[in-house]
Amino acid sequence: MNVPQNLHYTKSHEWVLFLDDTTARIGITDFAQHELGDLVFVNLPQVGDKVEIDQVFADVESVKAVSDIYGPVTGEISAVNDELSDSPQLLNTQPYDAWFIEVKNISDKMKFLNAAEYQQFCEEDEGH
Amino acid sequence: MSYIPNTDLERKQMLDVVGIKHLDDLFTVVPQNLKVECLDLPDPMSELEVSKTLRAMAAKNKVYSSIFRGAGAYQHYIPSIVKSVTSKETFVSAYTPYQAEISQGVLQSIFEYQTMISELTGMDASNASVYDGPSAAAEAMNMTRERNRNKVLVSAAAHPMAIEAIATYFFGNEMEMELIPLKDGVTDMDALASMLNNNIAGVYLQHPNYLGLLEDAQKAGELTHSVGAKYVMSVNPIATSLMKTPREFGADVAVGDGQPLGMPLSFGGPYVGFMACTNAMLRKLPGRIVGETVDAEGKRAFVLTLQAREQHIRREKASSNICSNHALMAMVASVYMSAMGPHGMAEAAQLCYSKAHYAASEISKIPGFALQHKGDFFHEFVTNVPCDPRKVLDLLDKKDILGGLPVENGILWAVTEMNSKDQIDTLVNVLKEVSRSCN
Repeated sequence: MNVPQNLHYTKSHEWVLFLDDTTARIGITDFAQHELGDLVFVNLPQVGDKVEIDQVFADVESVKAVSDIYGPVTGEISAVNDELSDSPQLLNTQPYDAWFIEVKNISDKMKFLNAAEYQQFCEEDEGH
Repeated sequence: MSYIPNTDLERKQMLDVVGIKHLDDLFTVVPQNLKVECLDLPDPMSELEVSKTLRAMAAKNKVYSSIFRGAGAYQHYIPSIVKSVTSKETFVSAYTPYQAEISQGVLQSIFEYQTMISELTGMDASNASVYDGPSAAAEAMNMTRERNRNKVLVSAAAHPMAIEAIATYFFGNEMEMELIPLKDGVTDMDALASMLNNNIAGVYLQHPNYLGLLEDAQKAGELTHSVGAKYVMSVNPIATSLMKTPREFGADVAVGDGQPLGMPLSFGGPYVGFMACTNAMLRKLPGRIVGETVDAEGKRAFVLTLQAREQHIRREKASSNICSNHALMAMVASVYMSAMGPHGMAEAAQLCYSKAHYAASEISKIPGFALQHKGDFFHEFVTNVPCDPRKVLDLLDKKDILGGLPVENGILWAVTEMNSKDQIDTLVNVLKEVSRSCN
């Protein structure tokens, strides 16, 4: 399982990369894509939409299920990775390059896990 | 044999688990006056008696030789091949295939239907059909929903049943509908512009509208897209063969009632609702979709496709629960379109247009029967009535003519290729009599 050191993580398996203090990119982790299986569709929000902590901002569809993606921060969506619409499989092959959205004017953020904490969290999760 | 497969003992065990004594206790929330105590059914009848009874009922129908009523369902010529192909029992008796891919014939017939609907509307993809025009309208408005857009605007000149179906769908699903007012019989574009905002998910426009008039469909699309909302157009499939396609008007979703495509009026059904959309909306298109592929031997084959968006995968996140279609009626539509061909359909549409315009110009010359709107129309138009519309309809009825539909302060007339010049002239003469007797 790949857990890059430079990212922040959530218990709902999103990663957050801060570009500066109030701007960040958000995606889903290697663990998440592995659990979901082959992804066939991504339902993305639009630029200008608000994203809020713990609120759904996108969903992904595998051949067996649909899963919501939750906001780890509160802010405004400044960019959407449209490449995912045509190539959702990027989430499986390069989960840390395949960002969903870029958020600006971040006013609030969750209490994140660091890489080590997230790794431990996933291992416990797998143990169940 | 009992149709209820559980025994008294099993039922008692189930009631014990739930913690009630009698089955009826489950239904205490149902108001008493809605419960049927006993059905007052007639005695059983022999086949001969049933046949006589039904014939007597059928004899009460009045079948008019001359029909000038539309309002959503239209009398068109149906080439005889339509009935002879679609009445084959292999098509008539086939139920929706549960092991779909083993029924290649059914899948192919649906695929051909989808292809024709896509061509007719100019859209990228069509589903296997839904029950009727209004359910297609409501399903389409559901498709426009986004996380932060939960209101739709519907033209007040849409078919009343479509408006009603959308309102029904939106009861309790946290979506809202508002009607766009009319100006001179068509959707008021200034009102639409002022009603649009970032909370609007979709706009529904019927073209030609319920009053027969042509809408500024291009403008409505541009306004809708200016706030990022989705544009749903409802069209008459016959009219579409003469006009720009919904795609050319900028529609994201095109819907309509397929009845004019070879289906007899038959008391309002069964008809078929068609739905087609752009690739960008494909994941939200409800119902079944048949796709073309190759089998293990590399031969052309058909499959149900994009099933991930269906409710057995998306579950509570599914935007629609529709999982059936009107396969036989879809087939009627495909056979009709094949028999007519694009030119035949355009010709039928041209006849509808010119005959309706002839009828409108003759009727509107009669005192008291002026046209209510100045805009151009396809094959329906509203005129004033100099007296109670029921009086007009009664008089026409005596001449074996079904008159138009009374609408607010007027009558909505429909003229198709089925109405001969003689029929139109007879209608005009009767209306002249009406006009004289009213004044």
